[in-house]
Amino acid sequence: MTIHVGALERYEAGTSLLHKADARVKLPVTVAYIFAVTLTPVGHWPALGLMAAPLPLAVASGGLSPLLVLRRSALALPFVLAAVPLVFTKEGETLFTLPPFGWHASREGLLAVSTILAKSWLSVTAAVVLTATTSAVELVRALRSLAMPRILVATVSFMYRYIFVIGEEALRLMRARESRSAQMEGHSSGGTAWWRAGILGNMVGSLFLRSYERGERVYAAMQARGYDGEPRFLWNQPWRAAQIALAVLAALYAAGIQVYARY
Amino acid sequence: MPAIEARTAVRTAVEITDLHFAYPDGVKALRGVNLTIAEGEKVALLGRNGAGKSTFLMHLNGVLRGAGAIRIMGRPLSEDSMRYVRAQVGLVFEHPDDQLFSPTVLDDVAYGPLYMGLPKEEVLDRARRALQQVGMVGFEERMPHRLSLGQKRRVAIATVLSMRPPILALDEPTSGLDPAARRDLINLLRELPQTMIVSTHDILMVRDLLPRTIVMDEGRVVADGDTRVILSDADLLESHGLGAS
Repeated sequence: MTIHVGALERYEAGTSLLHKADARVKLPVTVAYIFAVTLTPVGHWPALGLMAAPLPLAVASGGLSPLLVLRRSALALPFVLAAVPLVFTKEGETLFTLPPFGWHASREGLLAVSTILAKSWLSVTAAVVLTATTSAVELVRALRSLAMPRILVATVSFMYRYIFVIGEEALRLMRARESRSAQMEGHSSGGTAWWRAGILGNMVGSLFLRSYERGERVYAAMQARGYDGEPRFLWNQPWRAAQIALAVLAALYAAGIQVYARY
Repeated sequence: MPAIEARTAVRTAVEITDLHFAYPDGVKALRGVNLTIAEGEKVALLGRNGAGKSTFLMHLNGVLRGAGAIRIMGRPLSEDSMRYVRAQVGLVFEHPDDQLFSPTVLDDVAYGPLYMGLPKEEVLDRARRALQQVGMVGFEERMPHRLSLGQKRRVAIATVLSMRPPILALDEPTSGLDPAARRDLINLLRELPQTMIVSTHDILMVRDLLPRTIVMDEGRVVADGDTRVILSDADLLESHGLGAS
């Protein structure tokens, strides 16, 4: 029972330049970066290398532990599995043959998969750096002031507000189950795996019901205070020229790489 | 042999030595708790919010594991003995909604005995008997989250009674109840023969039901003794956040 809900928090408090930078700049720069990475031509390693270069800089200037960033970016790996069959399905020069099925691995396929791996890893790492140096509240504010539809902003902001509440609730349910999972001398305990799976299903179901009912109550309480669907924030930082200049520079850099990779 | 011993001498039900616990966020909830409770004792656990009462109760059956030694019915609590110890301590949580996770009342009351691997007939027998004890016969097929708070509390108690534990640990059993439901619950607790540790802010219930009182503050036991003596010590109660006036 070492689960705790704080583990869901992604923000690493700090005072670095990257932490202090305006989320309204960081967010679009990150999104633009991910687009640029995605658009880089398959197998163009020099261009991908140039795209990767700013990441270690960002990690260092954000005062983040490289290990932490690496660990979180491992999130990309399971998705890459879906791309692996490309090695065998793409037509091209045969590298080797998998004996039992007679599948041919092609050079082009391998190139495609390794490019996907590199691109998704770079994209996830950029997002990891963003979420580690920007608090959720700031991100939500930035989304709204960048004209993201308010229903989406409200959804994200409530998810962040209540994920901890629901996480705590799940934790208490599990503790209660744990505390009644006992054994008597001379009896084997635990029941069948099928039965335990059923119990878990019941717990998930009851958590869903309760979250749903809590949602209704929260909404009623918000309406009682005049909620009209628009999240309101107390203040917005003024835009600063230096930060905008930096964003433009970043955009030029990414665009430059794209031009270089193509011509 | 143990049976004879039990009849001739008062056994120790709970023995805690130098128990420390900190939550993952670094909050030190227990700072060296020492405590012995004999079989059959009815003990109140008083203390302000955040004094460590619930954290302490959750150590009695190993839901939380701190540093220090815990013996339940003479058996040291360890990774190996955990599941046996859980059959000895029936822990009733403050919020019945945490405790009741099954679709029907009967499923929930049957969970403990089913997990212990008892045959179906005995499980049903124990579940019915437990519901009888708490006066909830006839609610077997109801959904727990549709019951009143008083009913939920009773069902929550039944879910541990069906495991037949010699020790009951109850976390604020009367909080939030209306006067009639509270009175019924106190009468129910009075009839249960188990060794009982009750964390509560309900001073009237303590006076009524629990002859021994332990006061906790900042993760330590700060007073332990006869309930009448402790409840008449206004200075003590005041200095640990329990004075009403």
